[in-house]
Amino acid sequence: MKLTERFKEGKFVITCEVGPPKGIEVEKVIDELEPLRSKIDAFNVTDLQSSVLRLGSLATCRLLKEKDFEPICQLTCRDRNRLGLQSDVLSAAVLGIENLLCLTGDHPQLGDHPEAMPVFDLDSVQLLSAVKGLMNGKDMAGNDLEGRPPQFALGATVNPGAEPLEPQIIKMEKKIEAGAEFFQTQAVYEVDKFANFCEKVKHLKVPVMAGIVFLKSPGMAKFMNANVAGVYVPDSIIDELTGAGKEKRVEKSLEISARLIKELKGSCQGIHIMALGWERHVAAVLEMAGL
Amino acid sequence: MLFTQNKPTEEVLESLGAESKIFLLACNGCAEVCETGGEKALSTIKAELEKAGKNLTGTALVDFLCNKVLVATRLAREMDKIEQADSILALTCGIGVQVVSKVVNKVVHPAANTVSLGGLQGLWPADERCQACGDCALDYTGGICPITFCAKSLLNGPCGGAQDGKCEVDSEKDCGWQLIYERLEKIGRLENLKKFHKARDHSKMLPSKDLRETSFYDIEK
Repeated sequence: MKLTERFKEGKFVITCEVGPPKGIEVEKVIDELEPLRSKIDAFNVTDLQSSVLRLGSLATCRLLKEKDFEPICQLTCRDRNRLGLQSDVLSAAVLGIENLLCLTGDHPQLGDHPEAMPVFDLDSVQLLSAVKGLMNGKDMAGNDLEGRPPQFALGATVNPGAEPLEPQIIKMEKKIEAGAEFFQTQAVYEVDKFANFCEKVKHLKVPVMAGIVFLKSPGMAKFMNANVAGVYVPDSIIDELTGAGKEKRVEKSLEISARLIKELKGSCQGIHIMALGWERHVAAVLEMAGL
Repeated sequence: MLFTQNKPTEEVLESLGAESKIFLLACNGCAEVCETGGEKALSTIKAELEKAGKNLTGTALVDFLCNKVLVATRLAREMDKIEQADSILALTCGIGVQVVSKVVNKVVHPAANTVSLGGLQGLWPADERCQACGDCALDYTGGICPITFCAKSLLNGPCGGAQDGKCEVDSEKDCGWQLIYERLEKIGRLENLKKFHKARDHSKMLPSKDLRETSFYDIEK
């Protein structure tokens, strides 16, 4: 099922991120998703997030598919050249994957193999364009594909908290022209800023899904403020979490996320949840948010 | 030294677009030896521009366009002619284009491509860098090279990783695309950011057989 169909139905779309393990024991990761089956429209599988070696997105997506979960395969430009990427796109189609999210990718120096060669033969815009080309039956060199071409719903990312915002919006337009049909954002904690962003891109008529990341601790919030581009947790939220104390921390965190979802959902067409190990709390948050 | 080859005239004219008033600037250093700069190239390109209906507000020949102090001093007396122009067409290598872009508030179009000599780098005074990619698009990025400045060498930047205008790889390094955005805004060419840059041709990094037979490649040839 292509995610774009859900948007067309007018549904408020909910996706959840799945991070493959650093190893091959992936069954546990997938089993944890069982309680979310009826609540989540599709599951994003990350492609070596933060440039840390993990099991691949392609294999994990196939395993999700075999358990009747709808996968969104994330593809970054960090590790493979245009041959490798185009081949993986064809492989994704053959494995029954119908949704792709195309990203530039974090630099290898951010991860656990900092000496690796940064490939970046393509950037996210060129990758979107390449996939669109394959969907039209041609590879990047202009050669015809044999037989029927692959079909996907194509997603991309945008950073509504970036400063300055203008280059992000220009790039978002480029991504749409290259083939992007829906967007997922980095974690949002500032409702007004996000609403302002959505207003600015309303004319582009593409679905935008707000990123939701559970704040596991005040320390995590401060870490993100210092280290994660475009994510800003306001002091008011950090103080609220700190004020709850250690015993009530989880409850308060989920309450904050549910409130954010309620406040954000009027501006956008869906939410993208990055549970970071708290998958078991997702159902509760969605219920509190009235979804 | 850096080795340059002329871009096809059609490509140069396409990059000039509707700009009609051009200031023509040539380097008399490496580019003169490569016949992409110097007096001879200056006259040839001057004639081509005039034939294409362009109006030259002025011309200048500078010994070394890679030397910022020299460039600033030499262009100081041409400033009113440069001001009148829509842009500058520079007959020089990628370093020269970057240096001139730092000195003036105009688009600087490269008339040449800097071509790979398989790892041989030239020598110039400052922090500009040129990877000799063979496909110079410095006019589209306001004179800041995305290949050497951006850690990911993105052609359609920025990525989502920059924080406070600094690169995700090194918080003490500026994000190249942030600088490009600021420079394009300064010279009134923000629409350049909307251009789709297709993927780079990496085959240009391997010097051709013809080039390997020249003394540019091997001084003993």
